[in-house]
Amino acid sequence: MPARIRPWLASALDFISSRPLGGAGAIIIVLMIAAALLANFLAPYDPLANNYGAMFEAPGVHHWLGTDSFGRDVLSRILYGSRTALWVGFCSSLFGTSIGALIGVSCAYFGGKADLFMQRLMDILLSFPLIVLALVVVAVSGSGLWNVILAITIPMIPRAALVVRSSALALRQMLFVEAALTLGSSHWRVISRHMLPNVMAPYLIMLTAFLGQAILLEASLSFLGLGVAEPTAAWGLMLRGAAVEFAERAPWMALFPGLAISLAVFAFNVFGDSLRDALDPKLRLP
Amino acid sequence: MVISIKAIMSRGFILSLLAIGAPAVLPAAEAPRPGGELVFAVGEIPPSFDGHRETTFGMLHPIAPHYSTLLRFDPQNYPKIVGDVAETWSFSRDGLTLTVKIRKGIKFHDGTPLTAHDVKATYDKIIFPPEGVASARKALYSMVDKVEAPDDLTVVFKLKHIAASFLANLASPWNFIYSAERLKKDPRWYEKNVMGSGPFIFVEHVAGSHWVGKKNPAYFMPGRPYLDGFRAIFIRDTAPRVAAVRSGQAVVEFRGFNPAARDDIVKTLGNKAVVQESPWACNILVTLNNEKKPFSDARVRRALTLAIDRNEASKALAQISVMKYIGGVFRPGSEFATPPAELIKLPGFGKDINAARNEAKRLLKEAGVPEGFSFVLKNRNVKEPYEVSGVYLVDQWRKIGLNVTHTPLEGGPYFNDLRQGNFDAGVDFDCEFMDEPDLYLLKYLSSEASPVNYARYKDATLDELYERQSRMLDVKDRLPLIRQMERRAIGEQAYQFPLLWWQRIVPHSSRLKGWKIGPSHYVNQDLRDVWLAP
Amino acid sequence: MRQYVLKRLLLMIPTLFGVALLVFFLLRVAPGDIVELKYAGSGTFAPKEALDRERKQLGLDKPLAYQFVSWIAGIARFDFGDSMWTGRPIIEEIKIRLELSLQLAVMATVVAMLLAVPLGTLAALKQDTWVDYAVRIFSIAGLAMPSFWLGIVIILGFLIVFKWMPPLTFTSFWTDPRANLAQLIWPALAVGYRYSAMATRMTRSAVLEVLREDYVRTARAKGLWERAVVLKHALSNALLPIVTVIGLEFAFLIGGLVVTEQVFNLNGIGMLFVESITHRDYTMTQALVLLVSFAFIFMNFMVDLLYAWLDPRIHYQ
Repeated sequence: MPARIRPWLASALDFISSRPLGGAGAIIIVLMIAAALLANFLAPYDPLANNYGAMFEAPGVHHWLGTDSFGRDVLSRILYGSRTALWVGFCSSLFGTSIGALIGVSCAYFGGKADLFMQRLMDILLSFPLIVLALVVVAVSGSGLWNVILAITIPMIPRAALVVRSSALALRQMLFVEAALTLGSSHWRVISRHMLPNVMAPYLIMLTAFLGQAILLEASLSFLGLGVAEPTAAWGLMLRGAAVEFAERAPWMALFPGLAISLAVFAFNVFGDSLRDALDPKLRLP
Repeated sequence: MVISIKAIMSRGFILSLLAIGAPAVLPAAEAPRPGGELVFAVGEIPPSFDGHRETTFGMLHPIAPHYSTLLRFDPQNYPKIVGDVAETWSFSRDGLTLTVKIRKGIKFHDGTPLTAHDVKATYDKIIFPPEGVASARKALYSMVDKVEAPDDLTVVFKLKHIAASFLANLASPWNFIYSAERLKKDPRWYEKNVMGSGPFIFVEHVAGSHWVGKKNPAYFMPGRPYLDGFRAIFIRDTAPRVAAVRSGQAVVEFRGFNPAARDDIVKTLGNKAVVQESPWACNILVTLNNEKKPFSDARVRRALTLAIDRNEASKALAQISVMKYIGGVFRPGSEFATPPAELIKLPGFGKDINAARNEAKRLLKEAGVPEGFSFVLKNRNVKEPYEVSGVYLVDQWRKIGLNVTHTPLEGGPYFNDLRQGNFDAGVDFDCEFMDEPDLYLLKYLSSEASPVNYARYKDATLDELYERQSRMLDVKDRLPLIRQMERRAIGEQAYQFPLLWWQRIVPHSSRLKGWKIGPSHYVNQDLRDVWLAP
Repeated sequence: MRQYVLKRLLLMIPTLFGVALLVFFLLRVAPGDIVELKYAGSGTFAPKEALDRERKQLGLDKPLAYQFVSWIAGIARFDFGDSMWTGRPIIEEIKIRLELSLQLAVMATVVAMLLAVPLGTLAALKQDTWVDYAVRIFSIAGLAMPSFWLGIVIILGFLIVFKWMPPLTFTSFWTDPRANLAQLIWPALAVGYRYSAMATRMTRSAVLEVLREDYVRTARAKGLWERAVVLKHALSNALLPIVTVIGLEFAFLIGGLVVTEQVFNLNGIGMLFVESITHRDYTMTQALVLLVSFAFIFMNFMVDLLYAWLDPRIHYQ
């Protein structure tokens, strides 16, 4: 085994053994990612193929998790759905946390009027509950994959900015920043070289925590009819309408997507928790 | 028709057979019992209380019981027209004057008498609304020259030309008779207030929650209404609405449920459930933007309708949604419906889907549309039956090599985009209160002439046919013109075309008596004949 | 202290103004208009002139800046205007729904507390045992489950097993407590369970921290009864972060109400909000967003105040 991988593997195994819950979460996440990447190979059917001869089939030999109201295979839709969930979750979490982190660090670094103004702006965005802001954004931009990502990213930004700003504030005072500036480093260099690496811990923790929330928010938006559109395979969408109406005749339609969402969010939550325990136990997330 | 054994064995199916087969739902032997409060669920809330301006059943279901109309449809004999406030009526020889005699002794809920002047004021408001007053269906009365009330009991309608649909429009459930006095003081008074001459008096309305009415002891029909009162509960979401009927908290929901809900209700209520079913005067249609390439080419449009297997849709979608019947421009089963022999000849309505699809592919090729051509199908974000239709259409068009993106939109943006022509293809609907050609054909007139035609085309032939048929009083004369319009609009030109017609399913508690289902959920909701068994 | 309070209160004003500005302009940018929607039922034969006339009546034809200023001026007089959809005063519409949502939020918070404090304490006392893991899994499951899914499961469960459904209309607690609770206890449980997760975690770590403190060890060494030690010292000192989280969660609840009210068919603020956005009822949406944001900001402020008051060690600028 190449030398560079061994210490990573060692710390990963150590992480899993010392924090079983977080480890379980990590394993589930890896499985999810695998499902998303390999859906083309793993899925027995085309998730979009309607099959009117096989509507509402119970889980069995042909369809392991049954079929839905259009005769589409639930297992295939769950596998492809992980792609949608991860894509939405990852994009919105990445954009939201990164933009928020940049704003947070810049505010902490530059201070003064810009900081005050940004703080007010973040305050304003923060005073909307998550789903309220997402609903307003969807009203403006419409539904659909990228609009949903936008709608979820925007509420994340101020939350990330808040956390990173407080971490970065402490750093600002530190001597090495003063030293770097005196030595003639540009602002950007100081930020990117000295401050950003030191807010890595809260950044990573937020990335995982917000991913879980993003998946849940996408499910809620799809449930309200404002998320991704049929016939896309998406877990929240699978729970909309037909799953509820046919819940007695075909409970698997609602059961499996619900389980998938719960498991995914659960995994990201415990993993994020354990990550926080390992990296920065005192961190308080909004 | 392929029906699974399971479906046959289901109680719901058997009960529904009984309901459709029976000539009258009520066994004549049962005598109505007075008393009781009817609790029913309503799926939408009324924006305002004025029937002349609103267009949603959410207004009609709780509010129609408070009002009378001039004419109405006979609930046992739809679409026969009978009088409500009107006692008798007759046309002049030339058909341009309608004289209506009002019943004596009708009183509004505040005690004032209802006279011809109130009817005149009402129809003036509907047909010639004053500044600032909205009248949603004003365009249907373009044939009316003026309305007069020569004495307290006579109303005279003078028409500019003969119009076949005129009488039916006087029976429109939306035309509540208002008090002339109130209208004079404030023509918008009825938007926020309720005061009519109907079988029930207004008691209470808690916005978003419920609406309560109580029996009108001075109602002009002796012995009616049977009920002591009613309570309409607003339940926006489908699942709790179905649950309300299942749990017995609501006796009925008057608009209609889908087959799954029916089966669940029957399963829970068992023999305490009655299911009434009827073809619905509503359909889903596909509208194409005729101004946009390649939809400006009739071959492409025809290909799109040819690709749809309506027979399969009818079987499959009928199990999961209210979509069921295959029909042309008119509701199958109505007097204007397309005869089956003719229907099969229309593109997309034939029996051989493979031949149809091959023809479609050929047409696309001829028109120069490449394989894998993609466009956007805009839809409303209502699960059933809109999104269901959308999913089905996307799947069907896939089979002729088209790559369609389904985009459900919220109501606001949806209507915006359709009106502005900002779309490729759209899922549209048409629901009317009666099977009158003037109503259904309005969709197919040239876009400038018709506010409900989103397909953006101009067709003088269709306009001319429409005018001609609307001036003929005899159905026999109208039919050939109507068939011609249909063949041209959804066949040769395929500007826009129907997908399927709906089935109306109303499962309810067996306690509900005196209500018979009809093809329109807007009609006969004044609850005067309804009574509750113990 | 007084300066701090004053400063925070004053800061609320520009924040709220910012919220008002943001929501006003965002809504106007959103496609679709209310007049179109009003005429969108069956038999839509309304010509363009009728629609334009309606828009004029609603004041939608005036320039945006004018509309904004007249709205803000109204707010300053506590006049929120009329709903564009129903024409009735907004305050009236909100009043009808407010009691339900408030009661639901309070009940959910109580449920969350009743779950979080005992469970969190238990998990802390039995740290790293299976009890600890069970509690953590249970509480995070509440966070992970989509609330609408849980709500649907609850409603269906009652229907299938008991053939029963919670009452459909709201009766005030003071009028008929039984009917009131029969309707609200289930959504309160669903929402409360979800929000207990954060509070449980907080309780657990707060109690853990306190248990390590010297004075607790001293108390134990003195041989005081274990329970007294825990209850008296640990909990009272863990109170601060618990209260903080609960206060914050209360504000979050308002967002959570949106989906829950849909599923349980509750005529509350959440339902009103979704409807007003769908209808593009600008005045109503604006009013609701302001209301919710104000509640949010105010709760945060109260929590910070409580925090500062309970723990004099905190420095505030």
